[in-house]
Amino acid sequence: MPGEMQGPAPHERMRPEGRRNSQGIRIDPEAEVTHQPRQAVLSALVKHEPGVLAEVSGLFSRRQFNIESLTVGSTVDGKVARMTIVIEEPEPGVQQAKKQLEKLVPTISVMELEPEAVRRELALVKVNAAKPDDVNAVAEMFDGNAVDVTTDAVTYEVTGSQQKIEAAIDAFQQFDVLEVVRTGTAALERGGDTLDNDD
Amino acid sequence: MSERASVSADADEESAETRDEDESEQQPVTTGAQSVIRALENAGTEYVFGVQGGAIMPVYDALYDSDINHVTMAHEQGASHAADAYGIVSGEPGVCFATSGPGATNLVTGIADANMDSDPMIALTGQVPTEFVGNDAFQETDTVGITQPVTKHSYFADSPNGVGDDVGEAWALANEGRQGPTLVDLPKDVTQGEADREPKAPQIPDTYNPPEEADDAEVQDAAEALADSTQPVILAGGGVIKAEASNELREFAKEYEIPVITTMPGIGSFPEDHELSLSWAGMHGTGYANLAITNTDCMLAIGTRFDDRLTGGVETFAPDAELIHVDVDPAEISKNIHADYPLIGDARAVLRQLFDAMPSAPEAEAWREQCQEWKADYPMEYDAPADEPLKPQYIVETFSEVTPDDTIVTTGVGQHQMWASQYWTYREPRTWVSSHGLGTMGYGVPSAIGAKLAAPDQEVVCFDGDGSFLMTVQGLSVAVRENLDITYVVLNNEAVGMVRQWQDGFYEGRRMASEYPWIPQFDKLAEAFGARGFRLEDHDDVEETIQAARDYDGPSVIDAIIDPAENVYPMVPSGGDNGLFALNEEHLGNL
Repeated sequence: MPGEMQGPAPHERMRPEGRRNSQGIRIDPEAEVTHQPRQAVLSALVKHEPGVLAEVSGLFSRRQFNIESLTVGSTVDGKVARMTIVIEEPEPGVQQAKKQLEKLVPTISVMELEPEAVRRELALVKVNAAKPDDVNAVAEMFDGNAVDVTTDAVTYEVTGSQQKIEAAIDAFQQFDVLEVVRTGTAALERGGDTLDNDD
Repeated sequence: MSERASVSADADEESAETRDEDESEQQPVTTGAQSVIRALENAGTEYVFGVQGGAIMPVYDALYDSDINHVTMAHEQGASHAADAYGIVSGEPGVCFATSGPGATNLVTGIADANMDSDPMIALTGQVPTEFVGNDAFQETDTVGITQPVTKHSYFADSPNGVGDDVGEAWALANEGRQGPTLVDLPKDVTQGEADREPKAPQIPDTYNPPEEADDAEVQDAAEALADSTQPVILAGGGVIKAEASNELREFAKEYEIPVITTMPGIGSFPEDHELSLSWAGMHGTGYANLAITNTDCMLAIGTRFDDRLTGGVETFAPDAELIHVDVDPAEISKNIHADYPLIGDARAVLRQLFDAMPSAPEAEAWREQCQEWKADYPMEYDAPADEPLKPQYIVETFSEVTPDDTIVTTGVGQHQMWASQYWTYREPRTWVSSHGLGTMGYGVPSAIGAKLAAPDQEVVCFDGDGSFLMTVQGLSVAVRENLDITYVVLNNEAVGMVRQWQDGFYEGRRMASEYPWIPQFDKLAEAFGARGFRLEDHDDVEETIQAARDYDGPSVIDAIIDPAENVYPMVPSGGDNGLFALNEEHLGNL
């Protein structure tokens, strides 16, 4: 049996039409907006000190941001490291991830890279070398360098966009891929713009 | 402490003899531990709440020579809650100490509590010597790893000379911008190691730049939207109190005649007996506050993070309102509720900007009348017949009436907390001390200790529940030893009442693990601790018992046996529509 909750019924309110979506955004009756997940590349300069990686990765897991890859490495300044984080979130989630990342004390600055930013990934692919010529022909198609060669296996280094890496691994599958390791995305903005301490 | 620093600066001009006298207690810093204590002294610390232990012993040894008062707590959880409450009442970071391992893990609840409520606090924890870290040494835990998610930042000290700087920075970080807890983990070799310099003055990290004023053009747009509205409300959160913006809030609301609703942490930012006050909103907020939120066309929200206990379902929260959101933390903007006018800045500074930017007062006379009508339609009422079991609301209301406006109320968590917030009339900031975001049962006993030491001239009352009180009752020993004049009122219904209320409402009355028929007699327990105990069972004895407890110079405990059938209303069920609330069990029906 339903109870009788108090207060005017929704249709008797002063503003009966109003409603928000699950993201807390007021719904415009003319144009309802729901944000679909999109991929975003966040580039962050952080202090190069112990515990930073744990702090950042902990932030992304406890706030349930959907993370695709995270790479970290030093910069020309030995005290500063750069993290490149690829996430897949609806627009409010992207903004929230960026702001939460900015809030961490070791974070110096954060920006979301433009879609046309230079993005590269590296993979090492260990392939069965029973057909060395055929394997090599595929490797050449993807500009792969053989970095280790034995009688039963060749390991190629492939760099490029995420799509290229995935295409290369797919192509190698026909020869039996023994092992793969991938770096995740490293990315920089095109042109002279930099992610400085003071932006 | 800045006062003391300026005194010693002046002393430089005077004779060496005078200076020696002035600084007779300022021994040079020779160890990391002394650097830690000096940093706390430089920050103006008067009280530290803590518990001794192996890895923190060097720091305690350095405290031996300091003027800082140490309050030895009965349990580390109490140390962190007392420091938290001290921070809420004083406005500056409360300080707590614990040793490594279990000492540190026991602090965590209080740290997480401070983090959820943005309470300024600094925790210093002992740690095993650096060379043993990572070896699973005796009483080793990864304190930085455990606490990182629940602090603004956790530091791992790595040098005897730098450790005082770390403590100063942690103190400043806890205090600045959006306040919150910080922690410094102190390996024993660092605190025992030799140091040869004074710590630097407390300074926030160079990567932390809290905003001050909001963008002028955005303030102007927001002010115009508010002035154009016809059904405006102000939603004042805990950030108003944290930013010392209560006066600015009052001036703004009265000048432009806009009704004020507070969140629970915002209680006290606006006087609840003022005509414009609609009290507080949310799950157990007043019907009129929740109706005003549901029907407003423009909300000025200040220093609130739109917790789900406030909003209910976001789909129906202020569903047709333009939202102006003032917050010092950019990450709170549009986190839960989308802000049409984000104003990032300090609440006090932005309220002043808005005050000047308002082109006119909104034309909202009909709206204000509507709000008054809702107040009349859904008043906060209860029945308390003298011949029936004691009603908790009557105890709270009676206590509120006989005490001064600046009386501080602290609570545990549960039904008693809701009654204490609903039926006490709050008029001043920093008089309501509670655990909101984390909802920590057991917060009551130690929080009253921290509050009393932060405000020794103000009366302190702690409303607790029987379940909540039993969780940290050992803290009574501290209140007795320190002879703190606190009145504890246990609203005793022999149950974890809020859980029982939900079981009755939403779990078909299946009261699993919620009834405590084996609860001790708290008045006798109080006497065993050396406090004064009172037992209150009859309506007619309420005033007299309250008076006797207040008259007693020291901690007293009133074990108030209340009607076990009494529940908390109004109630918006979890995730519900704030505009539809139950005033009793029947209204809830079988949801």
